[in-house]
Parts: sequence; C-alpha cells; structure tokens
Amino acid sequence: MGALFEFLLRQGDNTLVLGHRVSEWCGTAPALEEDIALANTALDLIGQTKMWLGLAGEIEGKGRSADDLAYHRDVWDFRNLLLLERPNGDFGHTLLRQFLFDAFQVPSLRALQASSHPRVAEIAAKALKEALYHLERSRETVVALGDGTAQSNQIMQRALAALWPYTGEMFIADAVDDAMEAEGIAPALSALRPEWEALVRTVLAEAMLTVPEGDFAHQGGKSGKQHTEHLGHMLAAMQFLPRAYPDARW
Amino acid sequence: MSSENTASPPARHEWPLWEVFIRGQHGMSHRHVGSLHAADEQSAILNARDVYTRRNEGVSIWVVEARHIAASSPSDKGPFYEPSNSKIYRHPTFFDIPDDVGAM
Repeated sequence: MGALFEFLLRQGDNTLVLGHRVSEWCGTAPALEEDIALANTALDLIGQTKMWLGLAGEIEGKGRSADDLAYHRDVWDFRNLLLLERPNGDFGHTLLRQFLFDAFQVPSLRALQASSHPRVAEIAAKALKEALYHLERSRETVVALGDGTAQSNQIMQRALAALWPYTGEMFIADAVDDAMEAEGIAPALSALRPEWEALVRTVLAEAMLTVPEGDFAHQGGKSGKQHTEHLGHMLAAMQFLPRAYPDARW
Repeated sequence: MSSENTASPPARHEWPLWEVFIRGQHGMSHRHVGSLHAADEQSAILNARDVYTRRNEGVSIWVVEARHIAASSPSDKGPFYEPSNSKIYRHPTFFDIPDDVGAM
C-alpha cells in the first residue's frame, strides 16, 4: 500500500504543481487566445489532480480527501518533479517546460492505461486525451518560437539550457517505481525514455534548438528529499485561502 | 513626405485575424462563431478549439483568414436586398415541413 500511495501522490502532485504554475498565467499571457488556452490546460491538470489525489486518499485510508492532500501538506510532503515547481519564466520558457513534461506524460499515461490497477488505468485513459492535446499545443509553440526570429530562438535556447538538467529526474527509478513495475501497476521508467528522447530531439531539431550536452540531473522532488526553494512560495499562494478560511466553500 | 513604396505589404506587428466556423453536430453546416488572432492556420485551429469549443460545442472547425473573405457592402443594402421583400411568393412559407425532415 505504501508504494502505491507514494506513486499516486507523485502523479497527483505533478499535475497539481504544474497546473498551479500554468494557472499563474491567467490574465497575463501575451495574447488573449494564449491566455484562454493556458487556463484550459491548467484546469485539465487540476481536474486530473482531483482524480489522482482522490484515489491516493482512498488508498491511504485515513480519510484524507484530494483537497486535504492538496492544501494541507507542506513542502516536504510533496512528490512532484522539480521541473514542474520552477517559476514560469517567460512565455516560451513556460511552454518549453510544458512540452518537456507533455512528451513524458503521453507515453506514461498510454502505458498506465494497461495498469493492473483498474482505477489507475481508468484515470490514465481519461487524462491521456487531455495530455495529447497539451502535447500538440506545446509542441507547436516550441517550434514556432524556436524557429521564429533570432531573438525568440535565443530566448528558447536559454530556456532549454535552464530546464534540461531537470528532465533527467523523470526517468530515475527508485524503490517506489520498482515496486509499481513489479506489481504491473506502472511501466518501467526506462521503457518510457526512448520515446521521450526521440520525440524531444525531433521537435527541438525542428525548433532549431541545440540540446545541451551532459546528463546531469537535479533530483529530490519526486522523493520529497529536496525541493527547490520555489515550491514553498508557490504553496503559500496556492494554500492560503483554504488555510485562512477552512470553512470556505466553492 | 512619404517615399515608401506603397506596393510593399505593411510590416505586421500583430497576428492576423481569423474567422472561425464550427459545426455543432454531424449533418449540420458549419456556422460562424466569432474571430480570433493567431500566427498561422494551425495555431488558429488550436486557438479556436480553446476559445470556442470549451463547452463541447463542436465536432469540426474551419478557420479562414479574415482578409480572404469578400463581403457585400452595407451601402448596397437597398438595391441588393429590398427588391426581394415584395416577392413573397419566393418564400416557402406556404408548405408544411414534416418534422421528420429535421434540420434544413
């Protein structure tokens, strides 16, 4: 049970943290159309969070709801990838992070549809349709900006240099991942990497961006051992309302 | 004052405007739902999906750049449309359309 709970927290915290980050664009995106699209993406991710964390709470069996898990845990209890808690940066930076994650999430959810755990398979099937659209959109934008003007290319190249060392964490398996694989609940992370590499390298080449060398990977997010200093600030904003007004209903 | 070559297209600082048409269900026609800005046709379709089909409105999207639409002039209103006003025999209002026919 422990490993499954951890696994579900990782799924739900990934979508929660990224969903909140993306929602920070609401009202400030460079164009109205992009603003609406980003808000849609954020809502999709938060919807997925409700399913993942809702199931996590059930599996844990201590009566915690998805809201309890989202709003009443502190930094060290979060299990999201470091990549997703980083500040948004500029619009291109945000969409490049989105693309690097979408390219991971699509093969991951596709494999999870065949999970030995029927509820996990169900959530994955529903989330996959949304992830496929997110990927189409983030991919288009990355290519448009990378292969845009000299200035936009430079901005995207800078974003790639900043984000790249945070991509490795997606594929570093630990005891939780091994247990999920052994039980047939989730695929081996190493099995997802070739598809991610192939897609990411194809799209980045199309976007005229050079993939940084070296395979150094920041880690500590999905294990909860060491989050960046940014997560606490994000949670302060995200959790303020339900903590200050515990009886609030919406 | 201006020595610019007026034949060259103006520099574009804004995305072009696109008109969006959505088909609500199979068998119906595409209907104009509004317009939006986008850099190219593919992103216009993605934007249309996000702006106009959030509540499950569509099964098919068309976009066309607004400058490609030729439109009648509002000042032609009289000669264009009024002559048909007095020709009520052209209106098929004298027939009962069976319900089974569905959308026409």
